[in-house]
Amino acid sequence: MNQNIHHTPHHPKWYRVRKPVFWWVKRFADIRFIFRELTSVAVAYSVILLVVFYRTLLTGPGAYLDLMETLKEPFWITVNIFALGAVLYHTYTWFNAAPRAIVVRLGKWRIPDLMIVGGNYAAWAVLSAAIFWLYVSG
Amino acid sequence: MSAKKSNDPFFWSLFGAGGALSALLIPVFLFLVGIATPVGWVEGPAYETTQMVMLHPLVRIAAFFLVSLSLFHWAHRFRFTLYDGLQLKHLFNLIAVICYGGALVGSTITGYILW
Repeated sequence: MNQNIHHTPHHPKWYRVRKPVFWWVKRFADIRFIFRELTSVAVAYSVILLVVFYRTLLTGPGAYLDLMETLKEPFWITVNIFALGAVLYHTYTWFNAAPRAIVVRLGKWRIPDLMIVGGNYAAWAVLSAAIFWLYVSG
Repeated sequence: MSAKKSNDPFFWSLFGAGGALSALLIPVFLFLVGIATPVGWVEGPAYETTQMVMLHPLVRIAAFFLVSLSLFHWAHRFRFTLYDGLQLKHLFNLIAVICYGGALVGSTITGYILW
């Protein structure tokens, strides 16, 4: 036996063709996939805004009004329009994918996909309307 | 040979819960606070009313879960976007630590601010 063979903890490397970084720009379906994944950045941004909103609420009326003034700047309105577009796309793709992630059965009856999707949109509409009403009537 | 235990189902459940909560609640929040009020389409509630509603313990708990789970949702998706989109699979552990660690730090800061 050859004593010069060294043990290596690494797996031998296979030959693989390196994919370019922008492999996904060639097909619309791939662009849509990457865009859907990137909606998570808008989700993170939105909850950070919610935390900032809370922080000003807890600091005092001055800080709260300052935030409201800042949000009037065209830069932030533009950011929020893009973020809302992305978040709405997240909502749309999430609800439509729900039947593939959850199979709900009542006894032997499997709840149809359309009912699961519809239930999601109905819950979304009711919650959004309730929050909207609370906000504008406050 | 034993199969390597994976944490993925755990992170996937956080990702799923965050995805569902954010899909339900974030659009209306962003629309009202980020667009409709600043451009003057609606008039936001007074500071005192907002404080009374938002600082209710149940609303605070809901807000904490919304923020924390949404951050884990981001962490999971962004992690795989970096692996697949930018072909950074060789930085597997570093990216996982940065993404989930970021979500954990963000959740801790949120908890600290909310209470």
